[in-house]
Amino acid sequence: MAQKVTIEPVTRVEGHGKVTIHLDDNMNVDQTRLHIVEFRGFERFVQGRPYWEAPVLVQRLCGICPVSHHLAAAKALDVIVGAGTGEGLTPTGEKMRRLMHYGQMFQSHALHFFHLSSPDFLLGYDADPAIRNVIGVAINFPELATQGVLMRKYGQEVIERTAGKKIHGTGAIPGGINKNLSIEERDFLLKGADPLNIDKMIEWADSAVQFFKDYYMKNKDFVDGFAYFPSNHLSLVRKDGAMDLYHGVMRAIDAEGNKILNDVDYQEYFKHIEEEVKNWSYMKFPYLTSIGKDDGWYRVGPLARVNTCDFIPTPKAQKEFEIFRAHTNGKPNNYCLHTHWARLIELLHSAEVIKELLLDPDLQKDDLVTKGTKLNEGVGLIEAPRGTLFHHYQINENDQITMANLIVSTTNNNEPMNRSVNYVAKKMMNGQHEITEPMKNAVEIAIRAYDPCLSCATHALGKMPLDIKLYDAKGKQIDHYKS
Amino acid sequence: MSETVKFTIDGKEFTAPKGQYIVDAAADNGVYIPVLCHMRDLTPSGSCRICTVKVNGRHMAACTTPVEEDMAIENSSDELLDIRKAIVEMLFVEGNHFCPSCEKSGTCDLQALGYKYQMMVPRFPYAFERRELEASTPKIFLEKNRCIFCKRCVRLIKDDQGRNIFAFKGRGKTLEINMDKKLATHMSEESAMKAMEICPVGAILRKEVGFVEPIGTRKYDNKPIGSDIEINHQ
Repeated sequence: MAQKVTIEPVTRVEGHGKVTIHLDDNMNVDQTRLHIVEFRGFERFVQGRPYWEAPVLVQRLCGICPVSHHLAAAKALDVIVGAGTGEGLTPTGEKMRRLMHYGQMFQSHALHFFHLSSPDFLLGYDADPAIRNVIGVAINFPELATQGVLMRKYGQEVIERTAGKKIHGTGAIPGGINKNLSIEERDFLLKGADPLNIDKMIEWADSAVQFFKDYYMKNKDFVDGFAYFPSNHLSLVRKDGAMDLYHGVMRAIDAEGNKILNDVDYQEYFKHIEEEVKNWSYMKFPYLTSIGKDDGWYRVGPLARVNTCDFIPTPKAQKEFEIFRAHTNGKPNNYCLHTHWARLIELLHSAEVIKELLLDPDLQKDDLVTKGTKLNEGVGLIEAPRGTLFHHYQINENDQITMANLIVSTTNNNEPMNRSVNYVAKKMMNGQHEITEPMKNAVEIAIRAYDPCLSCATHALGKMPLDIKLYDAKGKQIDHYKS
Repeated sequence: MSETVKFTIDGKEFTAPKGQYIVDAAADNGVYIPVLCHMRDLTPSGSCRICTVKVNGRHMAACTTPVEEDMAIENSSDELLDIRKAIVEMLFVEGNHFCPSCEKSGTCDLQALGYKYQMMVPRFPYAFERRELEASTPKIFLEKNRCIFCKRCVRLIKDDQGRNIFAFKGRGKTLEINMDKKLATHMSEESAMKAMEICPVGAILRKEVGFVEPIGTRKYDNKPIGSDIEINHQ
């Protein structure tokens, strides 16, 4: 008799989601879906608000990476106030924002790997759920757990000194920034007492990359065999092809590495990206217009970024980039769990960029804001920790927002996450007559690789719970797992 | 030379010129009585009642009551503190105040009083009044949802011919702050900034200057409301 498994809520992700797995009469997986069960509505209630409020208002979408929303909105408003994109800002304005963003990237990647994902690797995906969590990591691997906590803390300190607060600050304003970095603030971040200084952070980030590589060498079959499937990849890259997480042009490649979106200006993203709505999820399904709904979907995030860029402009991360790319002979890497590897390379890159910025005297200058001729529309893109984030606003002659479109990183990863879930469900559950907890956790591991922020993606408050339900062919629920 | 009177606040003896309002006399002696509608040198309005004190056992508005000889004023009893907290709560539920995205956050008197009186959850139900925004003038964005009807702008902000730019419209539940769009369109930069500055909440906003002051240096980031009055007299 056909059945349906439901995993609800999905755990150790940001936001609320559930997975349904439909089994046929032979207990083979017929269909798998990741459902996002929360709705937020920011695009609607930002309408009518004064445009300069948007960076502070929309960042409330999330408490994990508010900086990304804050900056994406500010970048869109830079266009509206006539400051242009990227290069239009004063050096202090742009570099302060970069420092804020790389601090955000550093803390978010550390949080995701050490707090959310490392339990699966350090303790085993089939370990007792009672210990397979951040507490279990802290008990069994105290040194690593401490590093994770302190790396996140350091990133948050960077954010506080650039945005005014660790969470939901106000640093970026249309056309620039509202503060520079004082010498005292710089020295705190640059050469604070051990371990909270940038050199220690670079050392720890480097050791995190080495840790994952060691893990990978010992568990190659598991890592490589977990949700591998070819896909397109999309991200911003700097005009010269370098990895740039704050600003650049849109580039997409196919699974073979051919450019399918060739470094285009993101102000015209809507010519290249469309979104499909499905009736079983609050999250939309974006795709590349030129390729179409069926095959135009793409990955975003660390794996996509390391695949699309030509190089990483900091030495230690570049060295690791070369090793990563050599692993797939220079071709795009389509292994789902290698996303963690890519994320840790970005963690290292972020630490190196933070150091470069801290040594830049432009951060102490006072020329903070640029303005020019006002426009009624602007688009801001940024590489958020989870992937490319789109903010698009239109305003009226009274300075009120009339339209907002947010395509959030996790939304971009909707189809890849669904495919990963389907892949793992089929591999782990096909023909099985009992659905065990480790099987369900394997499904969650596939989701976690994308570090999804389900709250942002649907525009919802709350904690982060997985819910798996098993249904038979007649739609009758036969098993239910809720963590 | 004006006549001086002696009075007590919470049992401590002070002196002040006869006829000075209690709230100002207290401030000059280093005692903070909270205000929202009151501004020194403006004709008192007595509309918000946050300055409620007990004078010789009776509840009075400290901004409209002049000090007199031998007045016994109570300012910090538990009863009065709770009355003030209740007033702050009422003001919050009566409008639509969303501090997280308000550019006055950190410089807002109402928010600062919410912190001072440790308002957590209002004891009154939210009214969720629906008020339209007025954004059609070049300098001022009027956020009517946040107005607490203090009338500071009505009393103080005039054009060069002395005409009111701001005024109340409606009565009771439908009362709302309004502005003369024609006069507001020609407001000077100085006048627009002053209107924003004197508004104790985020109802009057000078367009396009929001969030320019970084967190950490805003008016109430480092010292609670009223501490300037108390510190100056320690």
